[in-house]
Amino acid sequence: MSELLVPFEYTYMLRAMWVSALVGGLCAFLSAYLMLKGWSLMGDALSHAVVPGVAIAYLLQLPYASGAFFSGIIAAFGMWGIRQVTRLKEDAVIGVVFTAFFALGLFIVSIRPVSIDVQSIVLGNILGITDEDAMQVVVVAIVAFAILLVTWKDLMLVFFDEHHAKAVGLNTTFLKVLYFSLLSASAVAALQTVGAALVIATVITPGATAYLLTDRFSRLLILSVAIGASTGFIGAYISYFVDGATGGVIVTLQALVFGAAFLFAPKHGILASRRRARMAEEATRT
Amino acid sequence: MLAPSQPHYRQRFAIEPRIDVSGLSVVYPNGHTALIDVSFSLGPGTICGLAGPNGSGKSTLFKALMGFVRPAKGEVRIGNLPVREALKRGAVAYVPQAEEVDWNFPVLVEDVVMMGRYGYMNLLRIPKAEDRRQVDIALERVGMGHLRHRQIGELSGGQRKRVFLARALAQGAGIILLDEPFTGVDVKTENAIVNLMKELRSTGHLMLVSTHNLGSVPDFCDQVVLLNRTVLAAGPTAETFTQKNLERTFGGVLRHFRLAGEELHEDDDRRALTVLTDDERPLVFYGEGENGEKKPSDHHEPGKQP
Repeated sequence: MSELLVPFEYTYMLRAMWVSALVGGLCAFLSAYLMLKGWSLMGDALSHAVVPGVAIAYLLQLPYASGAFFSGIIAAFGMWGIRQVTRLKEDAVIGVVFTAFFALGLFIVSIRPVSIDVQSIVLGNILGITDEDAMQVVVVAIVAFAILLVTWKDLMLVFFDEHHAKAVGLNTTFLKVLYFSLLSASAVAALQTVGAALVIATVITPGATAYLLTDRFSRLLILSVAIGASTGFIGAYISYFVDGATGGVIVTLQALVFGAAFLFAPKHGILASRRRARMAEEATRT
Repeated sequence: MLAPSQPHYRQRFAIEPRIDVSGLSVVYPNGHTALIDVSFSLGPGTICGLAGPNGSGKSTLFKALMGFVRPAKGEVRIGNLPVREALKRGAVAYVPQAEEVDWNFPVLVEDVVMMGRYGYMNLLRIPKAEDRRQVDIALERVGMGHLRHRQIGELSGGQRKRVFLARALAQGAGIILLDEPFTGVDVKTENAIVNLMKELRSTGHLMLVSTHNLGSVPDFCDQVVLLNRTVLAAGPTAETFTQKNLERTFGGVLRHFRLAGEELHEDDDRRALTVLTDDERPLVFYGEGENGEKKPSDHHEPGKQP
């Protein structure tokens, strides 16, 4: 029994678990919006697009969060701009821009090897996170949560019906820019916990799972955040025992929760719809 | 059926439900001129049909009324205020086309209606008792109270429209813009929506309805605006919605049948039958005269007559 409590005795493990939970919750909050709009690929794009910013920030010894944030914003506006002036489809634009950014990031890291290695960008390195980096992540996450708690309803309205949002006087452009800034910021945070390769999962899977479980947006948010935070915490905890990459464990857990919801969700799950089909069939037979 | 005798709207609405568009031109950033010198005025207690071919600027006009596009020339005033001021007071509501809405979005009927109240709430958008009361009233008024806990995708086409009308009512908007409300809706539902709109007209609401359903325009619109980049005719339906004006508006776009003389009669009857159709319910003119100067006499498809 006492062996199960071992991770709680190490400061670095405690820090990893709480930071993963916080970041997981934040990404999950944003995922509720992203997957409803069919913009999931955008999350992937931003998570990769921040990489050159991180590399440059390390080279110049600036806080990595600032560099990552700027390169995320530049990528977002780049994608938006290319979409406006060409006839390329959205997925092509996103694909071109984010791979270009990611490649640039890897290139910079490879010609000027700095204290970070490629692997910790791609796979994350929450167990080895420095005090300073952990502090940055925590500050970013808390500020983002505070903003979301105030604006979540306005954001929902913008995502659901932009015309009406404008008609009742919301500044929809500001809210959209705000959302994508928060998404960039949380992609930066998730880079630390699960790494660039798996950020996409944390900004999609919890929301997609919650969507199978409820028809109400407020509940979807709560469920999504609960899933994101708990898988972050438990995933970091388990990674101590399996000695594996924390990101992999966290996202595997999220996938398992998704699978369970997919099968057993009371209304939108497979078993429920099978049951409904069977009952309908019996009803027609009698 | 025109403006109600007493100015109801003074208590009901924040500002008078009226639209005055004068000399409005809209040019898009890519240089496309969507509207040229558009002028018309509409007052309280009106249902106005907005008809015109695809690309005639109907959606641009809606956007201008909601302040989404900036006029290159001219101006739009709502309730004698600039659009921006009017929007701040929640004076204009928009009922979207069915395909603009994500019906799988996880919101319940009452959530959508509550969205009409956002303009009245504080920064955190926490509903007060008055907001809940207005949502209840709006839902009852459109007969959707019993379905308030349904997810919006579980509703029929007509019920979906009524939810969005309820949202407009909860918003307290005197002006309601309806974009193609009858697309993909059966005749029975269309009649239900029309009845609801007539009821709203009697309480002073001003509704502007864009439609391809030319045949039903004379059924419920007391005013029409015929648009093709500019206003080709505007005014009371009986005088404005004529074959001549429609042909000018639509050019060669309309499907057009004209039956006269031997095709129609075996005698010397000079009356002719003209059928105009955009895409849905056709508009039928029947009577003497080459240009069908008469007002539309019957607007139902054969076989759908009551």
